[in-house]
Amino acid sequence: MNQLEIKNLNVSIDGQAILKDFNLTIPKGEVHALMGPNGTGKSTLAKVMAGHEDYTVESGTITLDGENILGEEPDAIAQAGLFLAFQYPLEIPGVSIANFIRAARTARLPEGENIDAVAFYKELYEKMDALKMDRKFTARSLNDGFSGGEKKRCEILQMSMLDPAYCVMDETDSGLDIDALKIVSEGVNLMRGDDRGFLVITHYQRLLDYIIPDVVHVMFDGRIVHSGPAELARELEAKGYDWVKESFATASA
Amino acid sequence: MSTTEIHDDAINVDTEKGNFSYPENYKYDAGVGLNEDTIRYISDVKKEPEWVREFRLRALEIFNKKAMPTNWATKDLENIHFDKIRYYLSKGQQPSRTWDEVPDDVKETFERLGIPEQERKFLAGVEAQFDSEAAYSRMKEDLEKEGVIFVGSSEGLEKYPEIFKPYFGKVIPSTDNKFSALNSATFSGGSFIYVPKGVKLKQPLQAYFRINAENFGQFERTLIIADEDSEITYMEGCTAPKFETATLHSAVVELVALKNAKIQYITVQNWSNNVFNLVTKRGMADEGAEVKWIDCNIGSRLTMKYPGVVLKGRGARGEVLSIALANDGQHQDTGAKMVHLADDTTSNIISKSISIGEGRSTYRGQVHMPKHLKNCKNNTECDALLINTNSRTDTYPAITTRGENNTVQHEASVSKVSAEQIFYMMQRGLSEGEAMSLAVNGFVNELMKAFPMEYSVELKRLIDMEMEGSVG
Repeated sequence: MNQLEIKNLNVSIDGQAILKDFNLTIPKGEVHALMGPNGTGKSTLAKVMAGHEDYTVESGTITLDGENILGEEPDAIAQAGLFLAFQYPLEIPGVSIANFIRAARTARLPEGENIDAVAFYKELYEKMDALKMDRKFTARSLNDGFSGGEKKRCEILQMSMLDPAYCVMDETDSGLDIDALKIVSEGVNLMRGDDRGFLVITHYQRLLDYIIPDVVHVMFDGRIVHSGPAELARELEAKGYDWVKESFATASA
Repeated sequence: MSTTEIHDDAINVDTEKGNFSYPENYKYDAGVGLNEDTIRYISDVKKEPEWVREFRLRALEIFNKKAMPTNWATKDLENIHFDKIRYYLSKGQQPSRTWDEVPDDVKETFERLGIPEQERKFLAGVEAQFDSEAAYSRMKEDLEKEGVIFVGSSEGLEKYPEIFKPYFGKVIPSTDNKFSALNSATFSGGSFIYVPKGVKLKQPLQAYFRINAENFGQFERTLIIADEDSEITYMEGCTAPKFETATLHSAVVELVALKNAKIQYITVQNWSNNVFNLVTKRGMADEGAEVKWIDCNIGSRLTMKYPGVVLKGRGARGEVLSIALANDGQHQDTGAKMVHLADDTTSNIISKSISIGEGRSTYRGQVHMPKHLKNCKNNTECDALLINTNSRTDTYPAITTRGENNTVQHEASVSKVSAEQIFYMMQRGLSEGEAMSLAVNGFVNELMKAFPMEYSVELKRLIDMEMEGSVG
């Protein structure tokens, strides 16, 4: 029950099947990495989990701790405890980081209740310090004119401020230089614990040098074709995705 | 589109549903329709001097001669039936209803905006008088000490003709446009203000402090004269929805800033969906003077309003900052006019419009710099935000610049709140309405910093409420 569970998920877009009988279970306390070549359905999976309306769910279930989230509105899914760190975070001009996170926090409170502003800023500043973000950033418009690295740090800041039960990170390493990658990974590692599960989606093994996963899954053509321990990521890096294609193309054809 | 079209998702009052009753015992009622007798009647009731009566009658002639501006403006203007309008009801004789008859959604709106109890009844049209005597008399004393005159239009013309007559109808002549003519013929209510030389008012003046039913009339007339080196901020309207029995509101506001004076005029209006709001506002800035309009238009069926500044003296400055929000069934046709008539004059226009659903926003800007002038500057920024696919926005800038070293800078942008932005914000736990509100507030955020604090807070709440109705 204490897990994120995806069962027999079939998803299509414009009549084209993208996820095919996809299955994945992430117990709380574990970090699972999902790797695979481009166009294999990784980002689709992330968006479907978060309730994006562009995809057609043909069948299957997604549950958080036994509660269904599939078909729910994105805000309901978020409040149920799922956070998605976006591959391409959106720019929201005129809305400051502080106000945005505060609004997101307030949305989780019962009607009429407000957050304690002093405690909020104290926490926000501590977390920004940990991510080596300038405190002046609180007043900047969300992602507006941010560099790729700044956007990703801002995603992790939001993730840690919103304290989700399950974190889905979609290509968080893309666009990060090695220093930023270390900082972001540290931020994630600080959040690891028995009460939280992670799905780290990445194309490259590099990120997994810093966020050591408990399980690595290899995805190909809409489903997980191979799973193994952390070392699998290195093996994959060494052999390349062609190895995946050669080994599993026939199976899925 | 019919005149009584109702939109469930917007605050509205249907005047034909019997929420309003007209008591039989009007003391002064000019009746329905507009002709010379109507004008004479208004003038008689107000016991006006002959010159004011003549001014009104001439204006009526002009009004009758002028065609509707439908050659450039919306054809919806043709739906105004001048012969069915009541042009004058005297003080205390306004249409009334009881609090129980006020629709629940209206009451809820007051509740959520945090409007004080006594003001609610006035705003809902239950009471013709707003009891602010205590606050007003204190303020009045202070103003009198400084020599400030703050009276209604009739009182101003009657008691202080030597001050007001020279400027009355000069910044905006009756011939300016059909609706300035209409106002000049039928005006009642509004504020006449004179600030003596060197007097700098620290507190903004508000129509609230001198309130009666007439003050919020259909055909308000306001004239503010700031004498040399004086300063005044005037606030008009409030963010609370105003429930009008009248479907036509046509005001004229004239500002006169003499040498080195500063006038700031702030309007926040939230009209019900049946109102035609056709307003002429213009200021004149003498040497070194500054006129600033802050204008916020929400609601109404059609608003046409282009605050302007005539930069008459060397070094004069003019500014228009405006926000317009057009929801379903509404058309905000707004903009600004800057007429440079002296060297070294500068003007700044920042206009932000938000169109929701089938709401429509139009920006019309006019900047005029004749050939013989030097070192004039204008900056114009107009940004439109569209929400939902049916929204519409148009921009019609008209800029004429000649002369040496005159510069004009014009920037325009149209943006949309994208489905991906909404998805992103919802993924953080915000509802669709909350996400929309944040995006819209973000869009006007910079500009709102120019507003007085209490107005920007109320405005933000108002936008939140408008956005709630616009989604799902």
